[in-house]
Amino acid sequence: MTSPSNARIGSSASGKMLDIALILAITIASLLCLAPMVHILALSLSGNSAIMAGKVTLIPLDIDFTAYKAVFGNAQMIRSLGFTIGMVSLYTVIAMALTIIAAYPLTKKHLKGRDFFLFVIVVTMFFSGGMIPEYLNVKNLNLLDSIWAMVLPGAINAFYLLIVKTFFSSIPAELEESARMDGASQFRILTSIILPLSLPVLATISLFYAVGRWNGFMDALLYITNSNLYPLQLRLYEMVMNSQVNSMLEGIGTTVPVPESLKAASIMFATIPILLVYPWLQRYFVSGMMIGAVKG
Amino acid sequence: MAITTKPVRRTAPRLPFRSLLRDWQLYILILVPLAFFVTFKYVPMFGAVIAFKDYNIFKGIWGSPWVGFETFKEIFQMQGFYLALRNTFMLNLLDLLVSFPLPILLAIVLNELRIQWFKRGAQMVLYLPHFISWVIIGGIAIQLFATNTGIVNNVLKSLNLEAIPFLTEPVYWVFTYLGIGIWQSAGWGTIIYLAALTGINKDLYEAADVDGASRLRKIWHITLPGIKPTIIILLIINIGHMASIGFDRPFVLSNPLVTDVSEVISTYVYKTGIQSARYTIATAIGLFQAVIGLIFLLSADLISRKVNDQGIW
Repeated sequence: MTSPSNARIGSSASGKMLDIALILAITIASLLCLAPMVHILALSLSGNSAIMAGKVTLIPLDIDFTAYKAVFGNAQMIRSLGFTIGMVSLYTVIAMALTIIAAYPLTKKHLKGRDFFLFVIVVTMFFSGGMIPEYLNVKNLNLLDSIWAMVLPGAINAFYLLIVKTFFSSIPAELEESARMDGASQFRILTSIILPLSLPVLATISLFYAVGRWNGFMDALLYITNSNLYPLQLRLYEMVMNSQVNSMLEGIGTTVPVPESLKAASIMFATIPILLVYPWLQRYFVSGMMIGAVKG
Repeated sequence: MAITTKPVRRTAPRLPFRSLLRDWQLYILILVPLAFFVTFKYVPMFGAVIAFKDYNIFKGIWGSPWVGFETFKEIFQMQGFYLALRNTFMLNLLDLLVSFPLPILLAIVLNELRIQWFKRGAQMVLYLPHFISWVIIGGIAIQLFATNTGIVNNVLKSLNLEAIPFLTEPVYWVFTYLGIGIWQSAGWGTIIYLAALTGINKDLYEAADVDGASRLRKIWHITLPGIKPTIIILLIINIGHMASIGFDRPFVLSNPLVTDVSEVISTYVYKTGIQSARYTIATAIGLFQAVIGLIFLLSADLISRKVNDQGIW
């Protein structure tokens, strides 16, 4: 991990200058990454008059928690949060279960039809029916306006499936042998030998599934019209973007304009869960990305 | 005869159901996922035939009459279709030009950092935007760039400069779209390059040190050539995806004032198919794009095999 060129020439003056320049460049890039979020945070905590005057930049002015009170007091917002947490959990559990029970048999080289099964799965990485056929499929299955419309159609990602399969294959076969001698069923071998040894990759892939579902928006836009089933992203879209487009078109919209601080607080409301878990989980994401990169 | 189990098993399955008998548990396990792929992936894939039919909801996919390529003739006469196609290629190409080199540069700079805690902290911050949903990014973009209320224009105005219509003038909108793309993906894009950088032989650097090479020379002569294969393969993959574009980013960033440049195939399919319920037309457009996309992808693979002796998958 350490930069190989570090060892020797730290002392030269031009090397020092370069170091400083590099640190400066990365610092600026990092600040650019954070500044937009910091500005939204400042807006969400500022009083409306300071915001209207355009004074709020990166530090909140006239600190005011009204916007957060409004967001947390908004029954729809809270309902969407609860619904999203439930939906993401349900989705992650189902997706992981399906991914695992698909990956395990595919590691068995002697399984008749294995190549065909793999082909069936890999094809879906390159071809899809497209937005409208998928929509009509969900509609024909009577899943529109139900939680299942956001859980089932995306329940297995072929790419993640291959990552899990690769990991399972790397577990030495001898470990299974003795269990098989004792007459353990395949399901038993999977749950008591393979899965406990695969926890890191399972954690990583669960996170990928969960974050993808948390951030997902398009399927909800297509499949959900009942506002009781709006996930957080769709609720936020309705609230922040739609009202903005209306006011941008010089207030043709019939909706009451949403105060800027309230929009900012809603954005923070939907972002904070990600920000809270991100620092702890970052390395899992990176390791998962690495597995994927090596594989693909 | 059957002393060691393995050779016997390999020769044994003369009866076709022998392997079924032995592996029935495995087949049961894989049955559910396969049913999933059929129901949610293959049924829609075959459902795309409605592009060649006069689809009627009441008659269903199979009951609707065939019309051949009529629908395609129709979409080739639609101005909006050409516009969406042009914008898709334009935005993708510009995105490639500005968004592709940055992660390389950033990865090299990160790799040169000597203070490990600083490097790790910077990586954590730089990766973060990748995990923020496009809806949220769209909301943030409005707060930052709106002409009257956005912070950037407020600052410009306070400096007595003219406000810039970042989101409402087509040309500025394209820049905003590209800039936000960089913000979202440049940091995360470094990961693959950083992985490739760890694979460079350290002896090369030591030999260069002995020769008294400067750091810039080492970057130029060792680091860059070391990640060149990665750069090329990623470039080819990116070109292979030139014809396809995600939905969320153009959708949340666009608004009615800039549709001339922001309407891309995915958003156009959404508008014709979902909002106007013209299923056949929208499916045909999607299918057309899929075919173009496939041609691009296969060509990219071909090029990759020529250049790298290795396909892109």
